[in-house]
Amino acid sequence: MDNIAGTKSSLTWAVHLSVALLVIVWLVPTIGLLVSSFRDRDQITASGWWLSPLPVTQNFAVRAEGDPVERDGVFVLEGNVFGEGSGEISQFGGRRANPTAFSAGELGELARGRTLSVQDDGSYIYTSPSEITRPPSIYFASETPPDFSLGNYEQIMKSAGMDRAFINTLTVTIPATIIPILIAAFAAYALAWMEFPGRGLLIAFVVGLLVVPLQLALVPMLKLHNAMGVGQSFLGIWMAHTGFGLPLAIYLLRNYMVGLPRDIIESAKVDGATDFQVFTKIVLPLSFPALASFAIFQFLWTWNDLLVAKVFLPSNSESWVMTVKIADDLLGSRGGDWGILAAAAFISIAIPLIVFFTMQRYLVRGLLAGSVK
Amino acid sequence: MSPILQGLLTIVIGVGGCVGYFYASNLILDKVIFPPQAKNPGRNINRANMVRPWLFLFPAMFALSLYLLYPVVGSFWRSLFNRAGDEFIGLGNYASLAADDTFRTAFVNNFLWMLVVPAASTFLGLLVAQLTDRIKWGNIAKSLIFMPMAISFVGASLIWKFVYANNPDIGLINAIRFFFGADTPLDVLQLRFWNNFFLMVILIWIQTGFAMVILSAALRGIPEETVEAAIIDGANPFQIFFKIKVPQIKGTIVVVWTTITILVLKVFDIVYTMTGGNFGTEILPSYMMSFMFRDDGRATAVAFVIMLIVLPVMIWNIRQARQEMR
Repeated sequence: MDNIAGTKSSLTWAVHLSVALLVIVWLVPTIGLLVSSFRDRDQITASGWWLSPLPVTQNFAVRAEGDPVERDGVFVLEGNVFGEGSGEISQFGGRRANPTAFSAGELGELARGRTLSVQDDGSYIYTSPSEITRPPSIYFASETPPDFSLGNYEQIMKSAGMDRAFINTLTVTIPATIIPILIAAFAAYALAWMEFPGRGLLIAFVVGLLVVPLQLALVPMLKLHNAMGVGQSFLGIWMAHTGFGLPLAIYLLRNYMVGLPRDIIESAKVDGATDFQVFTKIVLPLSFPALASFAIFQFLWTWNDLLVAKVFLPSNSESWVMTVKIADDLLGSRGGDWGILAAAAFISIAIPLIVFFTMQRYLVRGLLAGSVK
Repeated sequence: MSPILQGLLTIVIGVGGCVGYFYASNLILDKVIFPPQAKNPGRNINRANMVRPWLFLFPAMFALSLYLLYPVVGSFWRSLFNRAGDEFIGLGNYASLAADDTFRTAFVNNFLWMLVVPAASTFLGLLVAQLTDRIKWGNIAKSLIFMPMAISFVGASLIWKFVYANNPDIGLINAIRFFFGADTPLDVLQLRFWNNFFLMVILIWIQTGFAMVILSAALRGIPEETVEAAIIDGANPFQIFFKIKVPQIKGTIVVVWTTITILVLKVFDIVYTMTGGNFGTEILPSYMMSFMFRDDGRATAVAFVIMLIVLPVMIWNIRQARQEMR
């Protein structure tokens, strides 16, 4: 609409600015997660991810090793907190509760006449009026360079069992995406292009089922699965996802198929094609965009689902999918380990994001077909 | 058998079975039951064509009835029985729900969610759709705002846990508060009442993209003449937007609004991962999950309450669909 006089207003810069602001607000949380997932776990809690390119001041603790020497009636222990290495110290302390009590170079007075001083190069002198029986702990704050690595990912994949959960998610998703498409396509064709009594009623039935809350199905279907001997299993969840995905599939595909040109289908029938041939040779290939849209929907939905997986899959670590693994296991047992959580979250959203950005066109088309009408 | 192998086998059996069913049943219909070569070829072809739609429809309708229609009845029936399922207690489960404080909290919270989330998502979606319509990099901006649609509710919750975290070195909110001089961290998820809104933000963040995509298409579908006429008459951009464009896409706004409302009634993931329903954040879907596997009677009763709330939308949807077909 750029060619219409008057639409280019003086507000243009305000529009650019507000869109930029909105985009930033929308992206910041995800960027935070992504950056955090690559950071060293101690650095995550020591400085905000927005400061991650800068050196981080972290607190460390070492035991003062070495042999105490007696000098003028006091016992002295000397050494360097960095051992053989090097670094720069900003603050130090003698108690865990207050690890940054003194600045580097100061003489720190500790309890019972003991003193500790640490220079900024890490060399320390510890004195005590009584004999030193146990090596004391020295706490200090030191700047460390930013530490980005794949460590969190390695840990989560190797030791935390996320690799298993990833494969489980994939195992749930692929059959649960493919099977409903086929079943729905035949039904959609019948509802779009075949004349029979009760067609309108059936379409209304499908539309009505679109909004039935999933929650209703959980208890009765789990009971039925148990009675059928399917129980909580992969077979059960494939069947459940197929059933729950069908209304949207039929609705989307029918809406698309109805819009196909009538001439093609009728001329094929005049030439003697049966409905089965019309469907497989003409309608199905022409409906590819709608099939793709639904496939993406169903893929995202099954990949991201937590509810159905919690109910229809057994609750043990062998069959946890990623969403269940994160919600029930990682958040509980590693609730404070932000690096691990970030890496796990990112692994679980990586594939959907790839699918999203490569197939966005079909996703948008599907959304429009499903809602605008 | 490993699940992967089982999965591959299921794909082969499922797809093969479907194709086989449709092919074989059509073949049998045409060649065996009503062969066109027999005495009455015309009548047989007509009969075959009367049966065929049902062959096409059968698997889908069977699965739909089993997984969505039967549960409506089955859940309601089960909700009339006690915890163990062996004693009929009528509306006893509903009565004990009504007497439960947590249920009332969940109910009120759910209404808050149903008011705030659709309104905020639709408004923001409309705003972004209108703003990005005119600028060159609008498509990139839209794509980035649309992105959370691909993220699972669990993933989104984790993302926002990093924003809400108590530690000012992790949580953005507390970092900003500390920057402006606060000195004690604030756990926003434990702030009674307001924590609900912090949870809603997550769903709004996800759903704005959906609203934006649909409303942006609707805005593009507005005939240009109406806008041109308004400009000639001297309308300013705000008048054009609110008095010319919005009234023309009212229908789409209603569809977006109701779709998100329905979604709000299904999403338990966010509350489950963020607070587990504590600190007064329970909503009906998460409240229902707290009874799942423990008390089927009450779980189904909550599910049925959700169904009752959805019912008006369902009837309205069916009406719309029937009107279109005429």
